[in-house]
Order: sequence, then structure tokens, then C-alpha cells
Amino acid sequence: MQHNVYIYIAVMALVTYLIRTLPLTLVRREIKNVYVRSFLYYVPYVTLTVMTFPAILDATRSPWAGLAALGVGMILAWKGASLLKVAVACCAAVYLLELFL
Amino acid sequence: MKSENKTWFARGLRAGVPIGLGYFAVAFTLGIAARSAGLTAFQATLSSLLLNASAGEFVGFTLMSAGAGYLEVAIMEAVANARYLLMSFSLSQKLRPETGLIHRLILGWYVTDEVFGVSISAPGYLNPWYTYGAIALACPGWAAGTCLGVILGNIFPASVVSALSVGLYGMFIAIFVPPARESRTIRGLVLVSMGLSFFVNRASMFAGMSSGIRTILLTVILSAAAAILFPIREAKNDAA
Repeated sequence: MQHNVYIYIAVMALVTYLIRTLPLTLVRREIKNVYVRSFLYYVPYVTLTVMTFPAILDATRSPWAGLAALGVGMILAWKGASLLKVAVACCAAVYLLELFL
Repeated sequence: MKSENKTWFARGLRAGVPIGLGYFAVAFTLGIAARSAGLTAFQATLSSLLLNASAGEFVGFTLMSAGAGYLEVAIMEAVANARYLLMSFSLSQKLRPETGLIHRLILGWYVTDEVFGVSISAPGYLNPWYTYGAIALACPGWAAGTCLGVILGNIFPASVVSALSVGLYGMFIAIFVPPARESRTIRGLVLVSMGLSFFVNRASMFAGMSSGIRTILLTVILSAAAAILFPIREAKNDAA
């Protein structure tokens, strides 16, 4: 290819770093506006939920295994299991279920 | 290191175990993609160390192998990673206002879905050392996975890769379910998000949209709607 791979990587890294760092460095004060605060409070939960579902169904070879992992994970997390336990249980559910599917 | 920072770093390491393992598995598949795009193991590992972004790297590798222009790569990278802008805003409110520039510059380097997730769910203001603990395992996992993916290709049995790939989602679940149990608003928001996300991802009218754009649009619209309908009046620092 006529383009340099390392320039590609540098461009990608620079753009990504700026996106991630600008708000963190420029927003130094606490935001007082109730609506902006509330918006930022809700952002992580919506983002993580949206990224999990339905993507988890496509991550596994069988969508049923992904659905089972979602169910197992939600029940354990609801009961207060740790991050590691929930993650391992999800993996185990998929592995065991895909032995039979 | 102050003992308080040490404690937080150790807690971060513990949170980083599933992240590192999950990253290893995901990065392994990313390495396979990098290899087919024509990158060497060194180039792919360097990308992973600098970018720490699965979608961003994947898009970049694809464009590279197509010989795209640098500007096009820059724009696509901005689109694929735009959600980190929101996360970075969110994280800026989780830090003590007097947190120094160096901490902010290091934290910015590693705003990823999972590390952001564990950072935001820590109680009270975020101690940066907690995040550093998670990064200390996440970063090597991501880089090593990419490297081995290029070198070893398809040597892992598909059953193992399939099982490991839900580990990251398991972590997301462990982050958004507990607050959904405590707050009826978040519970409703999570259920609505799931429903709309399913619709947007499966309906053919949205098929032309990349998953990154879908994530951003849903996040902005749903969070804004929730903020307008259920603004949080009391000053609390436990999550935002």
C-alpha cells in the first residue's frame, strides 16, 4: 500500500486520544445544571445496556447461549455477586450450553 | 504511594482480572483481523497499546487494508469512538475538581467501555489509582491478546473463544444491574434501553447505521429523555 502503516496508527491514536481526553481535562469544575448532571448520571447505564443487548446474542455461536448468559448474569448481579463472579458465570453458562446445542 | 492509594490500586487490580481476561479473548480475535489486514504482530500490538478500542481498531485495520486516505481514517475513528467523548464528560464529574492534569491525561488514555464502567461504579469520588489498578491488568491483556491473535491465528477452539467473548458483557451486566435494583428510574431506563436497542439493531430501516452510531444516538436520546423526565435534584456524588 502507498500509505505508511505507522502514520495510519498515529492518526488513529491521536484522534482517539483527543476524544477521550478533552472533556476530562477541560471540564475541571462540577457542573451545577440539574439537567446536565442528570444526563451525565444516566449516560453510563444506557450506554452499557445498549452495548450489551442485543450484542450478547451475536457474540456466541448460538444466540440461545448468549441469552442464557444474559439471564444468568442478571440474576447473579441482582443478588449482589461480584464483577468477576458474574463474568465467569456468563462464560461458564455459554461453554456448558454450547456443549449441547 | 499513600496507603489510601495503595488500597484503591489493589481494589482496581481485583476489578481488572475479568477485564484483562475478557480483553485477552476479544483482542485475540482482533489480532486475527489485523493479520488478515496485512499488519505485523508489532504493528497490531502497537495499535492496541495506543488505541485500546476494539471498534476503533477494527475499523482502522479495515480502512488500512483498503488503502484509505488519512483524513478518512481520522473521521471514521472519531465516529467509531465518539461514545468515549460522553464517557469522558461523565468521568470528569466523577473526579474531585482538584484532581491534577497528569491524572486526567493518564485516565484519558484508557477510557474504555469496561474500565470506564468499573471507574464510574466506584463509591464517591474516583481515586485515579483504582482505575490504574484495572488498567494494569486490562492493558497487558489487550496488547498480549492482539499480539498472539496475529501470531497464532485460529489455534484456540471456537468453543473457548465463544465462551470467553461473553465475559465482557457479563461485566457490563454486573455494572448496570445493581443500580437498577436500587432505583426504579434506572430499572425502567435499562428495560426501555434494552427494548429500543433490540429494535434499532434488528429493524432493517437502521441497517445502514454502524453500531457505534446506534450506540451514540440511543445513549444521547434516552439519557436526555430520562434527565428531562426524572431530573436528579439532590446533590449527590455517588455516580455522576
